[in-house]
Amino acid sequence: MSINRRDFLKLTAAGIAIGAFPSIAFAGSELLKKKGQRVVIVGGGFGGATAAKYIRMWSNNKIEVVLVERNQQFVSCPMSNTVLGGKRTIKDLTRDYGGLKKHGIKLVHGEVTAIDSEKQKVLLANGHLSYDRLIVAPGVDFMFDQIEGLDANVADASIPHAWKAGAQTVLLRKQLESMPDGGVFAMSIPKAPYRCPPGPYERACQVASYLKKSKPKSKVLILDANPDITSKKGLFTAAWNELYPNMIEYRPNAAVLKVDAASKTVKTEFEDVKADVLNVIPPMKAGAVAAMAGVASVDGRWCAVDFLTYESKVHKNIHVIGDAVSAALPKSGHMATSQAKVCAAAIIELMQGKQPDQNPSIVNTCYSMVSDSEAMHVANVFRFNAEKQAMISAEGGGVSAKRSEQEGALANYWLENILDDVLG
Amino acid sequence: MIKQYLFVITCAVGLVLPAYTAQAAVDSHARNLAASCAACHGTNGHSAGGTPVLAGMDKALFVGSMKDFKSGARPATVMHQHAKGYTDEEFDLLAEFFAAQKR
Ligand code: HEC
Repeated sequence: MSINRRDFLKLTAAGIAIGAFPSIAFAGSELLKKKGQRVVIVGGGFGGATAAKYIRMWSNNKIEVVLVERNQQFVSCPMSNTVLGGKRTIKDLTRDYGGLKKHGIKLVHGEVTAIDSEKQKVLLANGHLSYDRLIVAPGVDFMFDQIEGLDANVADASIPHAWKAGAQTVLLRKQLESMPDGGVFAMSIPKAPYRCPPGPYERACQVASYLKKSKPKSKVLILDANPDITSKKGLFTAAWNELYPNMIEYRPNAAVLKVDAASKTVKTEFEDVKADVLNVIPPMKAGAVAAMAGVASVDGRWCAVDFLTYESKVHKNIHVIGDAVSAALPKSGHMATSQAKVCAAAIIELMQGKQPDQNPSIVNTCYSMVSDSEAMHVANVFRFNAEKQAMISAEGGGVSAKRSEQEGALANYWLENILDDVLG
Repeated sequence: MIKQYLFVITCAVGLVLPAYTAQAAVDSHARNLAASCAACHGTNGHSAGGTPVLAGMDKALFVGSMKDFKSGARPATVMHQHAKGYTDEEFDLLAEFFAAQKR
């Protein structure tokens, strides 16, 4: 067999590609034999799981969907602050992926090690998965390097961020349980954008709710890197003053620069703060898989996408949904599911050579539990604006008139319904 | 007449794209709009509990409710904020979609 010039060029190009992704040259075999059109989704959180289900459902189960997820179980981040308040346990928020299998979704539990956007392959430790289209739904990772003295191990062991529901949520609850009455719980909030804008202020309420009952002489100190409360300000200040008078202290413009884990001290630009329980929430960026795919183009942190398809602005056939997306949209579980559905519909159209919906709309609602029973929300519909090539909030969105027990009940119904929509 | 028309479309699409025939009769824009309601009202309007079931809802009742949420005539905790994000034409599309879902 002789190699002509054209083949030679092709081989050279392949060689360069292999050079750029050295591990892929030894990637081993295709993990699942690919028959028809295949979408691989990396990340089985709210966004990834929804995309998986809706691609199957809306394509009449014709498109093969492989969902790669590192965890065996799904743990809901929304409502996980209530574990700190004591109303729920982490088990109440844990679901398995059984419902997705019923849709014929192929689940691969494993860790992605590389993504080859040229050859359209996702690499795992034991082989690779070829894709026609890839959805990257990695949520967020933490920028520990921005805070001296803090890293993933310290967070796991003693200064939990608990900003992904799971073991750290449980650890933080345990630390609160062993805190002395009269102690200080200090938490820090990173500069926006971060996952779940109202989440930190809700957390302050949930911790205060527990302390008020069990350790009423204690304090909650909020160190916020932002110049002001970033979400539902009026409602949160009212909840703090009326439900937890003199317990919660809020300090704006207080970015944490350094942590001393041994003495539980944090340093801001202005002061050193010593606490009994320390909850430092670091700055965030798109989960590592986004960088592996080469799509985290905005400040090396977030991913620019086309809002009609959620296709990356960097690489064709790679879509990004959820917290990892660069947009003036709240990073929430509900938002991730909304984006996932637009992306799912668009992928199905594109795979049939059709034009995707040119007028997509998405919604977001975030309920915040401010006590065991009361909640309030922010709700918005976002419509595609062709001129701005962006999702713009429609008139009429906004926050609750006031917190209420009625909304507390609705928040629980929202959770049950969204989990069923995502995983059922 | 309409039925026949739909049948022709289904067949035509079926010839070109045999894989997707069963979806052909569904207005995908209406379906996409309706997907925005699923977080609270369940997939295709089949509530998992606590919120109203939209699947199989009478069209006139549906459109009336949405208009009343939008105008504020009907008090709501959250629906006024969602309803205001859509046009009256979209209420009709949504009504059509949910009415066609089996309860
Ligand atoms: C955040 C949760 C949420 C979302 C999203 C939502 N709804 Fe609702 N819906 C509710 C609640 C709660 C009620 C009861 C009224 C209230 O408190 O606002 C309701 C009531 C309704 C009703 C009245 C039903 C009846 O039996 O009287 C209709 C119709 C309705 N919603 C349609 C929709 C449509 C259509 C969408 C999507 C475009 C939607 N809803 C999205 C929470 C939601």
